Formats: sequence, C-alpha cells, structure tokens
Amino acid sequence: MRASETVLLAAAPVPGNVVPDRAQMATTLGFHIILACFGIALPSIVLLAEFIGLRRRDETAMRLARRWSQAMGVLIAVGAVTGTVLSFEMGLLWPGLMRRYGAVLGVPFGVEGLFFFLEAIFAGIYLYGWRRLAGWAHWWSGVPIALSGIFGAMSVIAVNAWMNTPGGFTQRDGRITSVDVWQVFFSRAASYEMPHMILAAYMVAGFAVASVYAVGILRGRRNRYHYTGFALGFVPAAVLTPFQIFVGDTAARAIAQDQPVKFAAMEYVAQTSRQVPEWLAGVYVDGHIYGGIKIPDMDSLLVGFGPGTRVTGWDSVPPADRPPVAWLIHLTFDVMVGLGFLLLLAGLWAAWTWWRRRRWPRPRLFWLAGAVSGLAAVVAMECGWVVTEVGRQPWVVYGLQTTAQAATTNGGVLASLSIIIVVYAVLGTATIAILRMLSRRWRRDDRDEAPVPYGPPRTLGDQPALEVES
Amino acid sequence: MAAAVGAILLASVTLYAVLGGADFGAGLWDLLAGTTARGRAPRGLIEESITPVWEANHVWLVFDLVIFWTAFPHAFAAVMTTLALPLWLAVGGIVLRGAGFAFRKEITRLSQQRAAGAAFAFSSLLTPFFMGTVVGAIAAAAVPANASHASLAAWTSPAALMTGFLFVAACGYLAAVYLVVEAARRGDQNMQAYFTRRAQAAAIVAGALSLAALFELQHPDLAFFNRLTGRALPLVVLAGACGLAVLALLTAGRTKGTRVIAALGIAAVIWGWGVAQYPVLLPGTTVTLTNAGATQATFVALVVVAVAAVLLVIPSFALLFTLQGHRVLGGNDQGTHRAPNHRIM
Repeated sequence: MRASETVLLAAAPVPGNVVPDRAQMATTLGFHIILACFGIALPSIVLLAEFIGLRRRDETAMRLARRWSQAMGVLIAVGAVTGTVLSFEMGLLWPGLMRRYGAVLGVPFGVEGLFFFLEAIFAGIYLYGWRRLAGWAHWWSGVPIALSGIFGAMSVIAVNAWMNTPGGFTQRDGRITSVDVWQVFFSRAASYEMPHMILAAYMVAGFAVASVYAVGILRGRRNRYHYTGFALGFVPAAVLTPFQIFVGDTAARAIAQDQPVKFAAMEYVAQTSRQVPEWLAGVYVDGHIYGGIKIPDMDSLLVGFGPGTRVTGWDSVPPADRPPVAWLIHLTFDVMVGLGFLLLLAGLWAAWTWWRRRRWPRPRLFWLAGAVSGLAAVVAMECGWVVTEVGRQPWVVYGLQTTAQAATTNGGVLASLSIIIVVYAVLGTATIAILRMLSRRWRRDDRDEAPVPYGPPRTLGDQPALEVES
Repeated sequence: MAAAVGAILLASVTLYAVLGGADFGAGLWDLLAGTTARGRAPRGLIEESITPVWEANHVWLVFDLVIFWTAFPHAFAAVMTTLALPLWLAVGGIVLRGAGFAFRKEITRLSQQRAAGAAFAFSSLLTPFFMGTVVGAIAAAAVPANASHASLAAWTSPAALMTGFLFVAACGYLAAVYLVVEAARRGDQNMQAYFTRRAQAAAIVAGALSLAALFELQHPDLAFFNRLTGRALPLVVLAGACGLAVLALLTAGRTKGTRVIAALGIAAVIWGWGVAQYPVLLPGTTVTLTNAGATQATFVALVVVAVAAVLLVIPSFALLFTLQGHRVLGGNDQGTHRAPNHRIM
C-alpha cells in the first residue's frame, strides 16, 4: 500500500493535488467567510439595537437585541468550528507554504489568535449574561466582541494581503533569514484589502438582517417590530455601501499596479496598451470576447483618469504565469461591482423617500430588493474572494511560491474533499434550520403574549408540558 | 529566545489540555450517562458547566497551532504531512462536537436533541483519542524531518495508540473532578457522589495507562525514555503524586483544591514530556527548537504576542470564570428562551 502510493507520487508529482486542494480550501473558506462576516459585524448591529433599547427605553429594540444575540451565539459557534478547520488545513493542505513561509505569515495569525480569544471570552459573557448583568454593564460586555471582530479580521486579512504583495522579510537558500513584523502586517495590499473586507462584512451582516424582516413585511407583518428590525440592519449597511464602492475603486487601481496580471484578467486586458476599453460582462475564449458590452477607452480612464493611460496586459508574463479561466475572474468581478451598485441604488431609494416623506418607500419592489439584499451582499463578497484568489494563481505567494509548490504531497485529498462537502452541506442546512426554528419560536412567543380576551387558554404548541415550569 | 517560545507553546498546550480537555471529558460522561431519564441530571450539570466557557477554552487549540507553525514551521509541516489521517479525524470530531453542542442548546424537540447530543458526545471521544495518537507518534520518534507522505504505521504503534487512550482517560478524569466541584457548589450531593465515583475510576485507568505508555516508550527511542526517567523524573513523580492526592481527597469527600491538583498533575505530565525532549522537537531527528525554520524576529514577535495574551486574555478569562463561578452566566434570553428538556428538574 505504502510502496504503491510512493510510486504513484513519484510518477505523478505535486500538481495532481493542486486542483482538489484548491477546491477544498475554496469550499471551506467560502463557507467560513460568511460566518466570519457575522462574527465581525453582527455584534455591532446587536449592540446598536441594545443601545437604542437602553437609551430610549425601547422595548422593541431591546427584544430584537436579545433575540439576535441568540442567533449570534449559533453563528459564532459554527464559525469557531469552521475557523478551526481552516487552521488545520493550513498545514494539512499547504505544508509547503507553511514550511517555507510559516515564520513570516504566522505572526499576524498570532495576533488574530489574541483577538479570537477576546471575542470568544466576551461572547461567553455577553450571550449568557442577559439575565443577571444589569443594563449598561451588559452592553459594555459586548463592546470587546465588536472591537476584537474588527481587529481579528484585520489580522487575518493581513495574511491574505501579504500573499498578494509579499514583503518584509529576506531569505537565502529557501530559508527565512530575517522578518520585519510591521511590514508583514501592513503590506501594500493591506491598505485596501482590510477596509474592503471589513466593510463587506458589515454589508453582509446588515443586509442579511434586513432581508429577514423585509420578507416578514412582504408577508404582511407590517408592524413596528419588523420595521425596527429592518432599519437596524439596512441603515448601517446602506450607509456603508458608498464607502465600499469608493474603497473598491481605489483597490482596483492599486491592483493594476501591484498585481497587473490579476488586473488584466479582471478587465480582459490581453495586450499591454493605451486606450484600453472596459468590458462589461462577456466571456473570453481563445482571444475572442463573446456577449460583452465594450466601452471604448473606459478602462484606461478608470486606471489613470485619462484615455492615454497604459494598462499592463497578461502578455507581460509567460502563459504559465497567468491565472487560469480569465472569464471567471472577469465575470465574478463584474457581478461583485454590479451588485454593489444595485445595493447602493436600494439605499439611495430609501434615503430619497425618507428625505421627501419621512417614511420607508411603499412600492413592493423596494421590499423585494430588501428581501434579496442579504443574498446579494453574500454573493458579491464571495465573488470578490474568487477574484482575489483565482486572480493570484498560479501563485500562492505572489511571484515567490506557486500553489503547486505549497500543496501537500499526500494522496486522499479527493476523499477529504467529498467528506467535507457532505459535512458542510449538513452543517449549513442545520444552521439555517436552527435559525428558522428560533424565528418560529419567537413568533409563537409574540402571539402568546398578545392579549386574547376571549380566546382559548394559551398552548405551547409542540412544547412538552414540562416546559411550563421553566 | 527559541526556548522561551518553546515554553510558551508548551504553556498554551497545557492550558488547552486542562481547559479544553475537561470539555472533551464532559462529553465523554455525557455519552456514558445512560438513557434520557437516567442521564438527565448529569447531562444538565454538564451543559450548565460548560456552555459559556467551551468556545473560549477551544481557542487555545487555534493558538497552539499558530504558535507551532510560526515558530517551528519545518516541524509543523512534517507533523501535518506524516500524521494527516489522525489529524483529519480529530478535525472531524471538532466539527461534529462544536456543531452538535451549539445546536443542542437551541432545539427543543427531544429526538433532535438526542441526535445533536449524540454527535457532541461521540466526537468528544474521537478528538482526544486521535490527538493522543498524534502526540504519541511524535514522542515515539515516528515523524521524519523531511516527511513527504502520510504514514499509517506512525500513529498505530502501541505507544501511539496507548497515548490515544490515555488522552481520553485523562480528559474524563479532569472533567469528573471539575464536575464534582460544580456539583458541590450547587449543593447537589447525588451528583457529587456520582462524579466522585467516575473521577476515581478515571484516575485509576489514566494512571495505569500512563505507566503502560511510559514503559512502551522505551522501545522506539531509548534516549527519550532515559531522559523521561532521568532529568524529567521530578515532574513524572509530581504527576503521580497529584493523581494519588486527588484520589485520597475525593475518597475523603473533600473538594477544596482538587481541581487545581488534578490540573497540576496533567500539567506535570505535559512538562515532563517537554523537558525530556528538550531541545529536540521531533525525537529521532535533528530538528530542534532553533533550527526548525524561524528567525529571531519571529521569536521576538511571538514573545510579544504572548505577553499581550497574558495582559489581555488572562484577566478576561479570570472575569469569565469568576462570573461563571458565581453563576451570573446562564439563561440565554429571559422570557423567550426555554431551557432544553434535560435542564429541568
């Protein structure tokens, strides 16, 4: 068994593992990143609700804060688990990367560990302190969760930014000889990746919360509870959207300098030239672009504010150093940008109506948009990760180490990939089922609390009779 | 500096063992608590004791991994490659366990609660066992420095398997001792007696397995065994003494100090292992603390992170455990949240 394995490995060396390795990392990271968004941003939204509840003695906001914190407990727990899986995968899937650069990229991870601790500890206090911690003391116990979510995210993104624009170390004969921790943490890409992802997290969490209540409003539950729940998610997310678009635009311009080949794939720039057109959508196959809309000179204009701006194309590097599937990178980039603008539009619509009439827009279309805004934010965020990760290929550390060199030499990744897909499908389904069950339970509680003067005595549905005692 | 980082790694491994290990052990007792009716009281106590703290306790694992790969990347890559299978199985256990535990709290239907509870309890057994085989394989000199493929033989040697069983028993022992104190604090004499019996049984099993593993280790690497019974002997003796002291205190019905002594015993085993290996990271190879791929700057950064952890994280943990000890944390949500079935009564 072992001997035959060795022969196989010798016959088909490393690259055989790269595709399943990347697929597994993409699956687990793509799943975790959604939970991470809630871990980063949901605490702030819950604290906002509790703040309003305490400040204005608003029972509705208070009730929302309590309930959201329960959902947050589930999401943080599942996120902690899927995050742990990723820590193991760093070694199990990418031993080559860790062996060579662990001493460099590990330091931001160490800082992240610190904030992960604070987040988990104060989550334990905040989530389970509702009953016995007094008003503002309880609110303050949640502040470290929100802050450590932001700083923890910065630390992890620092690693990804470093992989895109590596620096801050020297190496000789494949061994690291010195490390400048500050430069590793704040590499060039960190300045745009950090705000871009943290804003994305707030948009995902905010719009997702808003979606839940928009669905309720569409189903006719037009009450204060639902409008408050919608507003607490929608307003912060919509306010941050224009900032996100600004940061994203800045990031794209910086990528044109820092990772020109990635940028070329994002914008279909085959040859380095001036007066480069901008392609909206379109599929690139063998030098032809099918079905896209061409805007002359626009790409040069966006990169350097003038049609004469020279944009580097992917012909600047040999074919082996270009990312695969340019059309995937381009289309995911377009989807991300497109959804960003649609979300901006929804926010502007609400702002306009509020300015003119001091109320929410009435048209059903607005609430339909609100209902899908959470999904749209998640899709946009995932597309962004596809752009940055697939766009960096074939490199894992840009220009220094290829993904093939980083991948494990062990077999069996296809097996672990299949198991992971099944387990994560179950995990995702169970998480959504639990959240829906919580929501049904809350609705039943609200119904039970409503005064029913001549109605039948309250029943507790499928609750066992014992439950009455608690 | 490398030695300091080695000590930091060992310290955080110790904290994971005495905090996270007890959580796994609690899952073991949950698994063995019997039918729904009989197991209601112990399961209720277990859940109440670990709900607010388990997540924070398990961050130590992530912290351990990060320090390991940052400070000693060559050894990390070798371990992750050679022992990929037991590590994957341990990860599987962690996923099932965390998800099962988180979900069980929120669901109210008994059948679903059983399923989530079973996932939680069964995986509490899996994870420490496979982590034990990983540690056993490292100690038994089965991880080569330039590993290029996974090895089944590395972690299925008698020494590695025995370490796996030892980890399960040690987790059960720690958890039972902690739960004795939790029961005493609540004035629940039935549960105190219940977990006292289990703590005693687990102590005897863990003690026997430690001795067996100790003697098994002389076969793969005699030098390591000699140091374990040489310069690490005081720690080995301390570990044994702590175990006997806990047994004696529990038999006498005393609870004061038992938790600390039990944890000290586990810490003595871990530090005994560290002292016996020092400065070698992978026994049987030439990979040491200083030549495993990191530089001075990395070590300094990690020491700074560790100091920050002591300043920020330790007081936060103290706050969490104090609040938990005074039973301030409990009841997820007044009014709307109903306790799971088994917490009632």
